[in-house]
Amino acid sequence: MNRRPPRPSHSTDRLQRLLALVPYVISRKVVGLAETAATFGVSERELVDDLNLLWCVELRAPDPYCPIDLSYEGGEIVVSQAESMDRPLRLGVDEASALLVGLRMLAEIAHAAEPGPADGSALSRTIAKLEAAAGEAAAPSAQVAIQVDRVAERAVLATVGDALARGRRLHLSYYVPGRDEATERDVDPMRLLVVEGRTYLEGWCRRAEAVRLFRLDRMLAIDVLGIAAEVPADAQPVDVDQGLFRPSADDLNVVINLSVYGRWVAEYYPCENVTELGHGRLRVTLRTPDGGWVRRLALRLGENGQIVEPAELAAAVREDAAAALSQYAAVPDRGRPGQDA
Amino acid sequence: MSRRKTERLLSLVVCLLSSERYLTATQIRDAVPGYPDTFDAFKRMFERDKEELRELGIPLETGANSAVEEEAGYRIPRQAYVLPEIRLEPDEAAVLALAARVWRQAELAGAAAGALLKLRAAGVDAEETMQPGIEPRLQAGEAAFGPLWEAVRDRRPVTFDYRAAGRSEAQRRTLEPWGVVNRHGRWYVAGHDSGRDAVRVFRLSRIEGPVKFSGPPGSVTVPEGTDVRETVREWDSPPPQQRPAVLRVRRGAGHGIRRYASSQQPDSDGWDLVQTAFSDVGWFAEHLASFGADVIALEPADLRDAVMTQLKGALA
Repeated sequence: MNRRPPRPSHSTDRLQRLLALVPYVISRKVVGLAETAATFGVSERELVDDLNLLWCVELRAPDPYCPIDLSYEGGEIVVSQAESMDRPLRLGVDEASALLVGLRMLAEIAHAAEPGPADGSALSRTIAKLEAAAGEAAAPSAQVAIQVDRVAERAVLATVGDALARGRRLHLSYYVPGRDEATERDVDPMRLLVVEGRTYLEGWCRRAEAVRLFRLDRMLAIDVLGIAAEVPADAQPVDVDQGLFRPSADDLNVVINLSVYGRWVAEYYPCENVTELGHGRLRVTLRTPDGGWVRRLALRLGENGQIVEPAELAAAVREDAAAALSQYAAVPDRGRPGQDA
Repeated sequence: MSRRKTERLLSLVVCLLSSERYLTATQIRDAVPGYPDTFDAFKRMFERDKEELRELGIPLETGANSAVEEEAGYRIPRQAYVLPEIRLEPDEAAVLALAARVWRQAELAGAAAGALLKLRAAGVDAEETMQPGIEPRLQAGEAAFGPLWEAVRDRRPVTFDYRAAGRSEAQRRTLEPWGVVNRHGRWYVAGHDSGRDAVRVFRLSRIEGPVKFSGPPGSVTVPEGTDVRETVREWDSPPPQQRPAVLRVRRGAGHGIRRYASSQQPDSDGWDLVQTAFSDVGWFAEHLASFGADVIALEPADLRDAVMTQLKGALA
């Protein structure tokens, strides 16, 4: 289930809501209690309390009067008088920036999929309108930028987009680095995700008979098949808000000691129990279903990472390294003059 | 906030927004219910209220109606308060809702939700529908993002402890931040490092402990023509110099290498000869070592040595 987005700081929450509530109703002339409560993320009871509070606002001087008049009879809210509160407060810098940065990120993704002038697209129109409405508050947003994907090939993105748009099945040759394997599979595409700067296709993998995520930069070959995609009705989309990495009870618990040059592991992979060992050294616990992946990681780390547990995995890494080194003994060193056999 | 305080602040906003003239503190106390009777207590409470309204972004102005008036007054100019008219087509409202969702679990989520609420209050129907197409997300979790964004927004210098790659200890850095950039899913801050008098880029995940402001708002000047994306890109990009490499790769393996190969040809005994290129010998040696006994570096010699060193390290 989706977690609710964090709300603005609670102490001023309600005042902001009250200031938005009146223009919300006015701009719609009449609007239902239930619908309004849902939009504002409050219960109907809280909403009614808000409306009562607004109705009770009173100014005592120079002459006493109540600036706001409204009713919510029969579950329909109508504001008949609102004085100067008929329009919402302008956007703050953080608010304008959050939306503009998000829109520009979307524009960049759209541009990567379909290069060329973006004039007239919904994105560029929205950005222009929002910049105009935000005024000065829009300026600092230029100092936050989000760049996505370095290697998602334009052609791959276009093909995936085409299959999504036309509801077609895809055939993928997909690289699995943990096993250093190119796998062949048919996938019924569901949607594109951009998470942590990488582009993924979410789809129903007919080989795994499950929803899977495929990184676009690991698609070695891609074909749109002449078959309609058939995503099972009960296929559950991945809840990206919970993170792409979900540990399972079957996972291996791998404890690794990292040197100061191996610390990057803690930045790149979700680690549990990160402990400083002094002098920049770290001990981390990784959870993974894939022992092969850990062996590759350990070979990549060399002396900068030592598997502490499980012992069998540590032994396997030593065997891998010994086997690789023995190849070097068998193959002539062609890089050095005079040693060519 | 108590109901009474909410009522008072709301009345205060309506009162100041309704008046075109500046209202004196006394006039405000007479008009807005809920203030204490003694003038000193009223003044203290009023000062706090003004502060709260300003924090909400409400433009509270101080001034006098004429030069002869001695006491300053307050008002909220409608022009400065209201969100200008904004009309969005359905497709525009849809991308706006999608843009707000980018932040769903990240630091500006509250700001994005607040912005949507105001736009809805302006009549925009930004429905959060599940739509086909693309679903972008930023992940939460960099504690340094909040204060650095504030520093960039308010043009304030900061200090923080930073552990550069390969350093065993963190070092105190002082930075005039120019911008915050998310590149390939990671957050960076770029700016002028005052201690080193040079342009520097820092990865947020390597900042240790709190980020502290070290100067007042407005005291940082971003040089004209600065493109922080470009600054971070230059810092992050590998050196363009590419060197050729010759590898022996076991047939049916090494797909991660073959993808970037310039040529592949069969060699003896179930092996292929693969030509490729690399720029950083250390990084490439680690990459090759990760393939274990399926890949052998033949040329150049420094690459071959680096891979063997790497493998010997894993043997220990």
